[in-house]
Parts: sequence; C-alpha cells; structure tokens
Amino acid sequence: MLKLDGVRWSEGDFTLSADWQANPGEQIAVIGPSGAGKSTLLSLIAGFLAPSAGRITWQGRDLAPLAPGDRPISILFQDQNLFPHLTLAQNLGLGLSPNLRLHPNDAARIDTALTRVGLADLGRRKPGQLSGGQQGRAALARALLRARPILLLDEPFAALGPALKAEMLTLVREVALATGALTLLVTHDPNDARQFARRTILVDAGRAAPPQDTASLFANPPQGLRDYLGP
Amino acid sequence: MARRPFPLAATAVATALGVLTLGTLGAVLAQAGGGGLTAADWAALRFTIWQAVLSALVSVGLAVPVARALARRRFAGRGALIALLGAPFLLPVIVAVLGLLAVFGRAGIVNQALAAIGLPTVSIYGLHGVVLAHVFLNLPLAVRLILHGWQAIPAERLRLAAALGFGPRAIWRHLEAPMLRAVLPGAALAIFSICLTSFAVALTLGGGPRATTIELAIYQALRFDFDLPRAATLAALQFALCSAGVAMAGWLTVAAGFGAGLDRATAPLPPAGWRKALDVAVITLATAFVAAPLLAVVARGAPGLTNLPVQVWAAAGRSLAVALASCALATSGALTLALARGRRGFELSAMLPLAASSLVLGTGLFLMLAPWVSPPRAALPVTVLVNAALSLPFAFRILAPEARAIDADYGRLTQALGLRGAARLRWVTLPRLKRPLGFALGVTAALSMGDLGVIALFATDTGATLPLLVQRLMGAYRMDTAAAAALLLVGFSFALFWGFDHWGRRHAET
Repeated sequence: MLKLDGVRWSEGDFTLSADWQANPGEQIAVIGPSGAGKSTLLSLIAGFLAPSAGRITWQGRDLAPLAPGDRPISILFQDQNLFPHLTLAQNLGLGLSPNLRLHPNDAARIDTALTRVGLADLGRRKPGQLSGGQQGRAALARALLRARPILLLDEPFAALGPALKAEMLTLVREVALATGALTLLVTHDPNDARQFARRTILVDAGRAAPPQDTASLFANPPQGLRDYLGP
Repeated sequence: MARRPFPLAATAVATALGVLTLGTLGAVLAQAGGGGLTAADWAALRFTIWQAVLSALVSVGLAVPVARALARRRFAGRGALIALLGAPFLLPVIVAVLGLLAVFGRAGIVNQALAAIGLPTVSIYGLHGVVLAHVFLNLPLAVRLILHGWQAIPAERLRLAAALGFGPRAIWRHLEAPMLRAVLPGAALAIFSICLTSFAVALTLGGGPRATTIELAIYQALRFDFDLPRAATLAALQFALCSAGVAMAGWLTVAAGFGAGLDRATAPLPPAGWRKALDVAVITLATAFVAAPLLAVVARGAPGLTNLPVQVWAAAGRSLAVALASCALATSGALTLALARGRRGFELSAMLPLAASSLVLGTGLFLMLAPWVSPPRAALPVTVLVNAALSLPFAFRILAPEARAIDADYGRLTQALGLRGAARLRWVTLPRLKRPLGFALGVTAALSMGDLGVIALFATDTGATLPLLVQRLMGAYRMDTAAAAALLLVGFSFALFWGFDHWGRRHAET
C-alpha cells in the first residue's frame, strides 16, 4: 500500500500536507483548483521533490532514498513524455532498459505494447510525426512495458478534445488493470473523476485530503470543492 | 534530488583552466623584473588602450547606420549579406591583413586611384592601419550586435508608432535612441576588449616605438631581446588590462554576436526619399568594405594555388592537426562545464580564459616548460593548449543555453526513466546537443586554424603553422605565394567550420 505518513512540503507561503494511504490496484482521481498543489503531490510521490517532513512508503518501504527512476512508479507528464529525437520503439525501449540494451525478445514486447494501444507498425516513426493523441498512447504503451505498481498521470490528456480524452481514459484503465497498478489521475474535470475513479483526493487549502468516495464527494461537496465547481 | 552529471570531470576541466590561466600568471609574476615599467612599456600601454578605444568607437559609429539600413530594408540577398557579416569572426587575421594591404597598401587599389588623379597616397602602417584592420574585423560584429538590438524592438511598439503617425525623427527619439543607449556601450566594450589583445595586426601593420601593443612588446622581448623579466612584467600588465576589460564588459553584458535573427514576419515600414538613397549607399559601401579585401586575396592568390611550395602544405598539415586537436579539447571541455551548470564556479572558470591572452599564456608556459623541454619541441602542443583555452568560452556560450534547455524540457522524463551517466549522455544529451556541438566544433576549429599568436613565440623556421608561414612570406615580400597560402588557409578555416556545422545540422532532429 502507498502510505503518506505526515507528509509536509513548503516553499515560501505555499504548503501542502498529506496523511493518508491508498491500496494497490486502486484507481483514484486527484482534483482541485489550479495552484492548489495537485502536481506537487505527484512530484513528491515520484521523487522530484523531497518532503520537508514525513515519510512516503510503498508496501512498508521508505521511498526517500530512491531516485525517481528507481521508484516503483511510472509517471506521465502534461507534455514532453517522449524524446523527439528517438523513434517510438526506442522511446518504449527506454522503459525496458535505460541504456537501450535490449534482449532479442524485447523488440517483440515493444511491438505488442504498440499494438495494444493502437499504434501497430508505427515503431519507426518519431513523435513529431504523430498526433497528440497518438503521443499519449505511446507514453501509455511505455508505462505498460514498465509495469510498475504505481502509475501517476499529471493531466497528460488536458490538451485533447472530449471524445479523444474519454478514449484515452478507457485506455488508461486498461493499462492499469493489465499491470495491476495503483493509479493516481490528476484532472480538473469532475467528469473525468466520475468516469475513472471510485475514490477521489481533493487538493485544496494546503491539504491533500484522504481519498473518499467519488460519488458522495460530488453529491455533497465541501466548501472548497463547491467554490471550484461553481454554481 | 537532481543529480548533476560529471561533477568530477567538470572539476578537472575547471582546474586545468585555472592552472592554464592563473598558474601561468603565477609563473610570470615570479619572473617579473622588479625594475618597474620603462618608458617603452608605458608607450606600449598607452598605444594598446588608445588603439582599442579608437577601434571600438569607429567600429560602433560606422555600424549604427549599417545596422539601421539592414533593419528597415528588405532586399534580395539580405539574408546572405547578414550571414556574410558573420564571416570575419572566423577569418584568419593574417588573411584580413593581407587583403587590406592589397586594397589600402602602398601599391593597393586605393593608392593607385589616388595617384592616378594626382592626390597624395596614404600609408596603411602605424596607428591608422591598426585601427583600419580592427574596424574591418569588428565592424561586422558591431553591425550584428546592433542589428540584434533593432530587431528586439517589439513589432507591437512599431505598430503603435505607425498608428500614432510617428515620422522617422519621432521613431528615432522614442524607440531607436533608447535602444542604442542600451546596446552601444556593451558592443563598444566587447570590441575594446578584443582589440586589447591584438597581436597579428600589430605585428604586421604596427611596430616601432609608436605603434607597439603590449602583446607585440611581449613577443619582441622574448623573441629578440631574450629579456625574460621584461616579458614577464609586460605579461602581468597585459593580464591586469584584460581582466579590467572583461570585468567592464561583463558588467555590461551583451548577447553573443553570432546567431542573430534574420527576418521577422512584419518588417517596419521603411522611410522613402533621401533616407532610402542613404541606406542603399551605406549598405553598398559596407559590403564593398568587407568584400573587397577578401576578393583581392582571392584574385591574387588563386593563380598560385596550383604550384604551392611544399613547405606550405607541411604548414597546412600542422595547422589542421592543431585545429582538430584544440577544437576537440575546447568543445569537450566546454560541454563538461556546461553540463555541470547550476554551479556558478564552473561558469566562471569557463569565462576565465577571456581575461588571458595568447602571448601571456605562451609566456607563462614558456617559463614553466623551459627547464624541461626545448621551446620548439613544445611549440605545437602548447599552441593546441592555448588555442583550446582561448576558444573554450565561445564554445561554452554556444552550449550552455542549450544544455539548460535539455534540463528544463526533459530533465524530469530522464529522471523518471532512470537514465543516467553514459546512457543519459548517449541517448539524450549528445543527440539533443548535436546542432550546437557541431557549431561549437566549427567555430573553435576555425578560430584555432587561423590563430597567429603563441606559435610565433615558439616555432622555429621549420615548425610554422600556416598563418605564421603566411606572415613570414609577407615579411619576405613574397606576396603572391603569401596570397596563395592565405587562400588555402581561408579555405581550410571555412571548410572546417562548414563541415562541423553541417554535421551538426544534418543529424539534428527536432
């Protein structure tokens, strides 16, 4: 289980605290006003930021000494998820081996992953030759290959249209089920949360609240969420 | 969290640069005579500062109308002309001098024209010759710096000026003059600093008690008088002068002179009438001033290219080897320091060689090595080292912003995938940096190929590099051979630059 034990982070006036846990394989949405600290929360878990206090553990193991790449985590950012100078196959290969020393059967695994996200036969293309949706699919295919037990998504589909975004969320769910990963999805759209996650973390007023039931959260929103959602 | 790559390697490079610049200075100071400065030394100091001031003022003064004309006119070949203005930065100084002699020399085009209409001829030697050569070499740099300033005036501001019905005079007062007040001091100081270390120009066009720079005086003290303490005193003086110049220039930072933009979507509405005629005249004159000496070298040198003496080819081979070795050293050193960015010390150490000069480094190394190796044997390795150190700041300035951009754009992705060390270098850093790496290799190779500095101090008759050989041929009045060798030198310099730059562009992926 992922446990945030009295975690605090502060920089200048900005603070964020979190004290909760989440179960393996669960799908959780992270919602809140912009600037509240949704990305900060993911950066703390991924290891790009170090908490000023508290501990983050996975299955009882403290993550603090681990560099981002060594954590049991895959992460998708808002953009720049692929290296533009490498082919799709190479970008996926980096998920298997950071120095791209691949086994003979790795090529087949890469092809399978590409096929699975609907990018069959595009392994030799470079990201610049793909649409935004296809780039998102390629990044998900890499997460599929890495098969880490935690998958963090920092609004990677914010720039896509509604239909495409719904399609991608379905794909995320497939990837999460296939890898059995605990998935945290940052979004500013309540519909994403309803569609994707049974439980939701509300980030507001310097605090990332414990995950609570998505339906009842939106049925009876606290003041902060009410202000964010509007009338 | 973010682990910096290669802090150890960067420390090694920084240490090497420290030894090269400050260590040689230490060796120089230990030798410096206690006798203080002689009258000749004071004259050299005065001349060095005075010619640098004049060169900077004339270059910048002439550059303003040229830059304004280029900024507000659009014509076929404008892009090519701006690119051509980048060329003198890479042009071997000795070739520039040869070209200027062909145009402004005793038997040059200008004097022949003057004589034909019965006017007295002009001499290119002495102060005005030195200033002329410096203006030729630095006017293009000044134009590019100032043009950059013009292009940095936001299009919205010009649109607003047009909407308010500003005439050229009002645009000058409200937009152009404030921009120039911000840009000119930096441009002038940059050129002033460059001219402080002038050696090849002073060696060929200056000389004598009234036109000797400190750099030239160091050379004469070592090479002809074997007066080590005096050379050391002069070297210490030169170092102090350069440091002051760099400190002042750093205080008024300007953007790098190469790589300025060309066109932008909306050209400002150019004024017509006599101002248009003036712009045409200014652009024509500036082009002729930059192109004529180069064309003169080509015209004079081309016939001799087919039967160059064997010593020219041998010198060319030496120069090529020096250029390749020192561009590899300078660029890899600069890359190492650029990747260790974020630590102010490394950036400072990359800029340290700007305060040094070829002859000061040479004198220091001469003093350090003399007990162990004979100077002629050390000539080429020392030249490689000095050229690499002196061109490293340029390579660093080319690479550092791009290295920073990789970190900003792909730093987190690289970390998230666990890419580090050699894998990070191979799959992320080098491919992303290929374009600036090619450019940096090209610039440093061309600079080193054309350099005429420390080699003059060390080389014997048989160990000369190509620029030194050109200078010696000129000194022996074998002008046709000198021009042919100079043409070969230019060819090599630009081929090196073009080759590396092309390599970087060809493989660069967006």
